[in-house]
Amino acid sequence: MAKVDILEKYCKSCGLCIEVCPKKILEIGDKTNAKGYFTVICKDQDKCIGCALCATVCPDVAIEVYK
Amino acid sequence: MEKVFARTKGLTDVSFSFCPGCTHGTIMRLIAEVLEELDIIEETIGISPVGCAGFCQDFFSCDFVGAPHGRAQAVGIGVKRALPDKNVFTYQGDGDIAAIGTQHAIHAAARGEKITSIMVNNAIYGMTGGQMAPTTLEGMKTSTSPYGRNVSVDGLPMDFPKLIANLEGAVYVASVSVDSPKNIAQAKKAIKKAFQVQQAGLGFALVSVLSTCPTNWGLSPVDSLKWLRENMMPVYEMGELKVTEEVKSL
Amino acid sequence: MEKVLLKGNEIIGEAAIRSGCRLFFGYPITPSTEVVEYLSKHFPKHGGTVLQAEDEIGAINMCYGAATTGSRVMTASSGPGISLKQEGLSFSAAAELPMVIVNVNRCGPGLGGLGPAQSDYFQSVKGGGHGDYRLIVLAPSKAQELYDYTMEAFDLADKHRNPVLILTDGFLGQTMEPVVLKDRPKAPEIDRSWTVGGCKGREKRIVASYSLTNEIGEANNLRWEAKYKDIQEKEQRWEEFHTEDAEYLLVSYGTTGRICKSTVLNARKKGIKLGLIRPITLWPFPEKAFVPHKDRVKGIVTVELNTGQMIEDVKLAVECKMPVELYRRQGGMLPTEHEILDYLEDRFNLSAVEEV
Repeated sequence: MAKVDILEKYCKSCGLCIEVCPKKILEIGDKTNAKGYFTVICKDQDKCIGCALCATVCPDVAIEVYK
Repeated sequence: MEKVFARTKGLTDVSFSFCPGCTHGTIMRLIAEVLEELDIIEETIGISPVGCAGFCQDFFSCDFVGAPHGRAQAVGIGVKRALPDKNVFTYQGDGDIAAIGTQHAIHAAARGEKITSIMVNNAIYGMTGGQMAPTTLEGMKTSTSPYGRNVSVDGLPMDFPKLIANLEGAVYVASVSVDSPKNIAQAKKAIKKAFQVQQAGLGFALVSVLSTCPTNWGLSPVDSLKWLRENMMPVYEMGELKVTEEVKSL
Repeated sequence: MEKVLLKGNEIIGEAAIRSGCRLFFGYPITPSTEVVEYLSKHFPKHGGTVLQAEDEIGAINMCYGAATTGSRVMTASSGPGISLKQEGLSFSAAAELPMVIVNVNRCGPGLGGLGPAQSDYFQSVKGGGHGDYRLIVLAPSKAQELYDYTMEAFDLADKHRNPVLILTDGFLGQTMEPVVLKDRPKAPEIDRSWTVGGCKGREKRIVASYSLTNEIGEANNLRWEAKYKDIQEKEQRWEEFHTEDAEYLLVSYGTTGRICKSTVLNARKKGIKLGLIRPITLWPFPEKAFVPHKDRVKGIVTVELNTGQMIEDVKLAVECKMPVELYRRQGGMLPTEHEILDYLEDRFNLSAVEEV
């Protein structure tokens, strides 16, 4: 069991997490945050392995990971 | 479930003001995590420069002093000499430390000032809109080298950490990158070491971090990392450039 | 109280030690060098640190850093070195940092020479660097005042959270004179609620001067303006010499202020009712000193070691109600008391007055 939590307030939709995710479960969503960025969403939490590579590369510290 | 990756206490909850994909944020997070891990957030005074990096004063949860352009080390030395038991670090772009502030960096290293300097090298002046920096690569187009950096006019890019590593008072000098999870982990180790050097009072420590500027490079965040990997890392000597025996035994 | 014979520059160093200053960042330049030399010799005994910086820019920014911790800090230089410090001074004024800067004025422009001059008056009192700010500027005229006003400079800096400049010159700096080493006056209560030093048990603090929006920028400027007005109201200092019945006034500070006293005495012997106003604070300029005189004095001569800089502030202070003339020497030359009097007599047609 693992979970990725996108902190919408911080996300700038840069896509680095999407690129690095080994399970390819992250994508740009269709909702914007207060800054107007379409924030990243996790389309399949069940597949998350909690590797935290997404959080490691996120330049806006917008991802927290649970395992 | 347990939180295995959380926002560090070393950062405030203020959202970074950087462009999407700019790795300034990654570097600041690494520093903030190191401050938390060493339990020195409340003992630290950071010195912010002028440029994009200057906004860091709002993002770290420690005390901060805003320095004039290029003067971060001199300001940091003033703080450190007044409060020798505190932890002082400068966060500076390549233009700040390796062009307008060169003299302060060189003499801080030569005197073995017990401060930690983090240099962020994105080969460009970011905040002012992408002008040529001392670190701009040969042939690289910027707004002040629109036909590409011409070596016959502008000279070759400066590998600043190598210069600093030559000085006796610089006891730890590393050049790292934040282009991949593996390199990010290495960068954090180097940054941690640079702070431990200060805690042990051994001398001056510099970590240069290769960073991206997607906006002024005109590339996507993902392509920027690739560009950094393929173009900057071969030019700048990477890894630990100087580790004295004392530092090794830390 | 202890009386010693010291060079002017050394007296500044001794006063800094006795003011509780323990940090000095500087770079040698004639004719200010004895300040850093004296402190290099005597500071260590008191637990102080002298750091000879890579340049004047480094030195002033080290002062900036030390001042953010609330520590008393000083630097000293001359002419070209003070020019290099201007960026740091502007930042220090904007960050409202208490510090003491000594300018042992040498003649300029350019490399100039080592002789005494007052050519840095404009630079000192109009800010000097970029932006709209003021330094408190003190102008001692003898050794004892170098001592007293160095001490006071630290207190004024703390009181108003503002850099204080001591404007002296190569003559005062190099001359040996006896000085009474008075005890330090009671230091004012100092507010340290703004300093950095680690945020244990409190919110983090930032000492910086960047204004992110124009609205913040204007609010900052208005706050500084209010502070400067407060300083103008409270801190004007000057000395008056034979002004009670004066028909003519000399206005002069520092070394020439001292020479002018002899001129006043010589004039009085000849029956000329001459007085002297000697500004001690150059900023704030002592406008109040002129209030009782501006409707009755017939003429004024400012005596300066420059092309006429303070004369502008004098004309403003007397609202141009009487002729204000300039007698000046330059390039390191000093006037004699006699040539000043000759000029005054010539300008105001006073030679007919009988000697008494």
